[in-house]
Amino acid sequence: MAFTLPELPYSYDALEPHFDQETMEIHHSRHHQTYVNSLNAALEGSELSGLAVDEVITKLDQVPAEKRTAVRNHGGGHSNHSFFWKNLKIGTTLSGDLKAAIEKDFGSFETFQQQFEKAATTVFGSGWAWLVKKDAALKIVTTHNQDSPLMGEAVAGTSGFPIIGLDVWEHAYYLKYRNKRPDYIKAYWEVVNWDEASRRYKQSS
Amino acid sequence: MSMTLLKTGALRSALRASAPTASKRAALTLTTTRGKATLPDLPYDYAALEPTINGKIMELHHSKHHQTYVTSYNTASDKMQEALHNGDVQTQIATLPLLNFHGGGHTNHSLFWENLAPKNQGGGEPPSGALAKSIDDHFGSLEKMKEKFNTALAGIQGSGWAWLVQDSQTGALQIKTYANQDPVVGQFHPVLGIDAWEHAYYLQYENRKAEYFKNIWEVINWKAADKRFT
Repeated sequence: MAFTLPELPYSYDALEPHFDQETMEIHHSRHHQTYVNSLNAALEGSELSGLAVDEVITKLDQVPAEKRTAVRNHGGGHSNHSFFWKNLKIGTTLSGDLKAAIEKDFGSFETFQQQFEKAATTVFGSGWAWLVKKDAALKIVTTHNQDSPLMGEAVAGTSGFPIIGLDVWEHAYYLKYRNKRPDYIKAYWEVVNWDEASRRYKQSS
Repeated sequence: MSMTLLKTGALRSALRASAPTASKRAALTLTTTRGKATLPDLPYDYAALEPTINGKIMELHHSKHHQTYVTSYNTASDKMQEALHNGDVQTQIATLPLLNFHGGGHTNHSLFWENLAPKNQGGGEPPSGALAKSIDDHFGSLEKMKEKFNTALAGIQGSGWAWLVQDSQTGALQIKTYANQDPVVGQFHPVLGIDAWEHAYYLQYENRKAEYFKNIWEVINWKAADKRFT
């Protein structure tokens, strides 16, 4: 049972002007598609190919050693990007339990924003910044390359259930923002899907 | 005891690795003014490597990305010097990754501009002399070396570089990949490097990185590589 590229819940230009159409199209139809194709190739014949990708990436120790890096990179890429597309939507508002939890764990929403921006800005090279739920609290963590917090501490250096996440690989922003990653990170606040984040926060309780 | 620890080991070699080196081979000397790192001038115009690498990429890559490494390296270097002066070991250790990343970025890009050249300045002309012979000895032929190099480039996950390096002990050539801006230090010294970060090609090649890796050999400056080979 092969993995497939999920359809976007919106058109490529839906996040303009913050996330440009061209980037969304290349990011989804080429980068994410490549992760899907490569993951299928790496897991061909494996029983893990019948599982959901979010489960596969928690079971990397069950992958034969010579395939493990490929499954980590491409499984991580497929999981992260599947999460990312749903994590984006214009016009949502942070409210309810998630808002209260952010204010409780960071002091204020502004403080949370500053810390998230700092984390996303200071990732060396390619990676992701995340807000995760871990041990009943919200935390900001970062991962390298296509690692996910779902992979756990031993693999990804961190853990937790992702609530929101931001891709800071250059392909995520270069066409529109060039080298100005901080501008891209600021734009993220216009497109982060707080409805989906709240749903995930409830799911994680 | 803490000062004795500082005189040896990781801290000093990290500082040494990111500091300008004077060496018997024609190695890179990082440009500085009054002790501060500076952005080196390109030996050619931004558009000179077209159509292989377009002028917009070269301009951003040099005047923005490389400049940022230079500025950030100077900031980290100041922070380290202050922390050393104060005997603040925790800050020294916390500053090491910044020196590695930004000092590495400055070093790598300085080497990169030198090992690229427009076709009318020798870009793409194959190596000669001792380096050419060593490539044939180690890889069978220049073409086989390029294939291996491009395979290494394609295998880089995320951001990084591939280098043709020379083992300082044995003189042997090898192809190695380094993550992020980790510089070639220690047992190996750099002969030829290619930047595989997305910013190096994305505006022109988008996700078609194999095409970039194939094309860049048209503008590789083997004369610079010859000088680095001992």
